[in-house]
Amino acid sequence: MHPWVLSAIGGVLIGLSAVLLMGTLGRIAGISGIASGLVAGASDRGWRVAFMVGLIAGPLLLLLLRGESGIGAPQVSLPWMAAAGLLVGFGTRLGGGCTSGHGVCGMARLSPRSLTATMVFMVVGVATVFVMRHLLGGSGV
Amino acid sequence: MKLGMACLAGLLFGLGLSLGGMTQPAVVLGFLDIFGNWNPRLLFVMAGAVLTTAIGYRWVWGRARPWFESEFRLPATRQIDSRLVLGAALFGIGWGIAGYCPGPALASLGSGLVPVATLVATMVLGWWLAARLPAPAKPTT
Repeated sequence: MHPWVLSAIGGVLIGLSAVLLMGTLGRIAGISGIASGLVAGASDRGWRVAFMVGLIAGPLLLLLLRGESGIGAPQVSLPWMAAAGLLVGFGTRLGGGCTSGHGVCGMARLSPRSLTATMVFMVVGVATVFVMRHLLGGSGV
Repeated sequence: MKLGMACLAGLLFGLGLSLGGMTQPAVVLGFLDIFGNWNPRLLFVMAGAVLTTAIGYRWVWGRARPWFESEFRLPATRQIDSRLVLGAALFGIGWGIAGYCPGPALASLGSGLVPVATLVATMVLGWWLAARLPAPAKPTT
């Protein structure tokens, strides 16, 4: 199957997940919000942990179904991975969401906050890749 | 039942991410590299996810409440403030450095890759730190 078709199917599955979570538990499927609640003292830990278990099992199920998990190799060195993680964590908590909460659920709700956040992290992401790849030069920096 | 639904939602999400190419940082960085060799794949993930969610949300909101909870929990904050923009920008930098947003980072944990585990560890640290800021932003996602 063409990668674009697989991606569209993947997107629909993500959407179905968001709809299921809203329909059953009344919750936004924002990964940073669900997961960060576990380290920031949320009292409702059960469903958050259950969601995380499913999330991690997803690629492993794909491995069983298709013979490949779809998990790719990291593209930058360990110090960059560590720095990136810190920025992603701090930024998503400060900004109240990530690609899923703002980018998918928020955009689907036409939330002005989410539209703003999505535009900002997209533009900054593009600018960062430009600096990393075309100014600092090459992958694996 | 609630936990089962949360786990199923997580599973669909993880499956969608890995099928869609989101767990391949090379694909994600290629999508953000619009000034280089641009890879449009993630556009299909976004489109599939946002459209499915937009349609599905309207369908489930036709009910008075979620199946297993008393109310839909939607973000109450409406304000577009500096926290939102700064947070989204920091997240964009981290996303552009390594090509991982929170969902794919967590979903890739099953691979056992040490760099991924490192990124997740610093991401969790970032969540923890941001949650300790004065007047913490409420998790909206």
